[in-house]
Amino acid sequence: MRFYEYEAKALFRKHGLPLGAGEVVNSAADARAAFGRLAGPAVLKSQVLSGGRMKAGAVKFADSADEAAAHFDAILPIVVKGESARSILIEEKSPVAQEYFVAITWDGRAKQPVLVFSDMGGIDIEEVAEKHPDHVSKTHFSSILPLTPRIAKEAIGATGVGGSALNRLTPVVFELMKIFLKYDLTLAEINPLARLENGQFIVLDGHIDMEAEARGEHKALLDELGIGDDETRQARPPTEFELAGARVNAVDHRGVAGNVVEFDGNLGLVIGAGGGSLTLFDAVRNHGGKPANYCEIGGNPSVGKAKELTKLILSKPGVEKIAVMMNVVSNTRVDIVARGVVKGCIEAGKDPAETIAIFRIPGAWEDEGFKILEKYGVEYCDRSVSMYDAAGRAVAKMA
Amino acid sequence: MSILISKDTRFIVQGITGREAVNLTRENLDYGSKIVGGVTPGRAGRDVYGVPVYDCVRDVVEAHGQIEGSVVSVPPRFTKDAVFEALENGIRLIVVVTENIPRREVAQMVELANLRGARIIGPNCLGMISPEEAKMGGVGGPAANTRQAYAKGHIGVMSRSGGMTTEIASTLTAAGLGQSTCVSIGGDAIIGTTYAELMPLFEADSETHAIAIYSEPGGRMEAELAEWIQTNNSRLPVVAFMAGRFMDEMQGMRFGHAGTIVEGKEDTTAEKIKRMEAAGISVAERIEEIPALLRKRLEEV
Repeated sequence: MRFYEYEAKALFRKHGLPLGAGEVVNSAADARAAFGRLAGPAVLKSQVLSGGRMKAGAVKFADSADEAAAHFDAILPIVVKGESARSILIEEKSPVAQEYFVAITWDGRAKQPVLVFSDMGGIDIEEVAEKHPDHVSKTHFSSILPLTPRIAKEAIGATGVGGSALNRLTPVVFELMKIFLKYDLTLAEINPLARLENGQFIVLDGHIDMEAEARGEHKALLDELGIGDDETRQARPPTEFELAGARVNAVDHRGVAGNVVEFDGNLGLVIGAGGGSLTLFDAVRNHGGKPANYCEIGGNPSVGKAKELTKLILSKPGVEKIAVMMNVVSNTRVDIVARGVVKGCIEAGKDPAETIAIFRIPGAWEDEGFKILEKYGVEYCDRSVSMYDAAGRAVAKMA
Repeated sequence: MSILISKDTRFIVQGITGREAVNLTRENLDYGSKIVGGVTPGRAGRDVYGVPVYDCVRDVVEAHGQIEGSVVSVPPRFTKDAVFEALENGIRLIVVVTENIPRREVAQMVELANLRGARIIGPNCLGMISPEEAKMGGVGGPAANTRQAYAKGHIGVMSRSGGMTTEIASTLTAAGLGQSTCVSIGGDAIIGTTYAELMPLFEADSETHAIAIYSEPGGRMEAELAEWIQTNNSRLPVVAFMAGRFMDEMQGMRFGHAGTIVEGKEDTTAEKIKRMEAAGISVAERIEEIPALLRKRLEEV
């Protein structure tokens, strides 16, 4: 879950990292007033989650209060990679002598945090790593041994930085490492970390990503930053249909009927589980089918949950039929899902035989499940029909 | 033979009185697994299908002697501590079933396991099975369903999806190809044991003649596997199935397991396939092609 720049900076400030003066503003008048409180020229930056705002023209420099107000009006409507600005951050523009890059993330192969440091910050770090590998250090560190500043010192020193810069940078990098572990972050980045012409070191921009699974653990911090539980911070905001899917999953604690993602096709999918859904979605598309949604059911969902999910998908405009498919199931009961989807069709005022294009869930309690489907005239198949072929049968009915 | 688990493997279930753990215990016992004890703090003295319950791992070890394995099925908040407890009481094979554990905690478990010379499978997995010997975890479900899908044989299976482990085994069994050991390795961004880390075990197992893997978008595990195969000149033919190819077109969206997040310059599924094929791995377009591809590759050996 990504933080806005102003949220990342609030977290940095809380931990004593050096930052320049700045304010979040929501109107041109505020921008004008804020400019007056800053010493000298200012920079106005659109608050969006995605990168590329500089290229989009959503970062501008102002030398006067009038200019700050005008820039506010110019930047606010700019859509960056499909995302509107939440607000504008106005900060003092400081003369920079040198820029550094520092980031901590997880290395899934080493299964440890890795600290990436460069004395050539400010620009695309991947390019620097390619052209000047001696100016980028990657240092893994333990997640269980006591954290000490020597790792930060070694990482900085490895890029050739010495003298007072080494001693000034070490505590900043060390603090960022502590923040990374403390808050279950998946990314803690400062770029650039600047040495100003006056010798000061300050954070100019930062990125923070928090693990979604750890949100509950860090509720106090999220409350402090004003990040609500309803903010998913995904690549795009959830649609109404997807929010309704999340509500279906929350109906009870039995099993999963969730991760509903909206697409614009005509074939509704009640599919599972995690890997099965990925496999089946590919299969439907390979057959030329047009999915209306992605979803994941599994973990033995209740009849009610399967029913509500079915009703939700059938309520989506343009959905003509649904395909109910899973891999061979172990802990999900076939009969319970069968009962749920049949009930869902009936409550939606549809004939299950007409509406369910195919039912392919082999596994535990399949005979009981197949009996129910037979009673309602629904086409079903067992494991002798592959997931791919089952998807093909469903798509064939859409023609 | 098999890898990791046999009918003689003695293990415990941590969190044994939980709803899912109770089912898992019954299913594992029915399949022939040796579960010597269970742990739920405050529930000592009870039993679950005849398996005695203790307050802590130390008490099980005191009562039953050294134990090889543990299945950890406790809520996410308590998982790290449960794994630490198993490790510090000499258990060297730990299956973590629990999902939604933050990366930091998984990394901590793995790091302590490495220090102790132990292995973690998972988290967010269904465990493993050596067909007609024993299983450890929820893989395959009830014993009768497990027997229907899994048969003893010579194919090693590794899968990032628990459900697809059984789908693949079932397809292999129907085609007359039994399995040596099938491992649901988990779908998270950081897991205890990756494909490449299991390969040396399969490589050393004379009963394993070939490998089938199920793979997904996200992570760098396939690249690691390809590298391992090339570096070690593996004797084992590998056939892979790649799910979630549609995700190449939708960067940044979140699907599947927690680890299935396409970020930055990580391999797309197309790049993963290319990498695996370059290492001599056959990539199946559909699950049902796996048996024929395995047979073809086995004939070439």
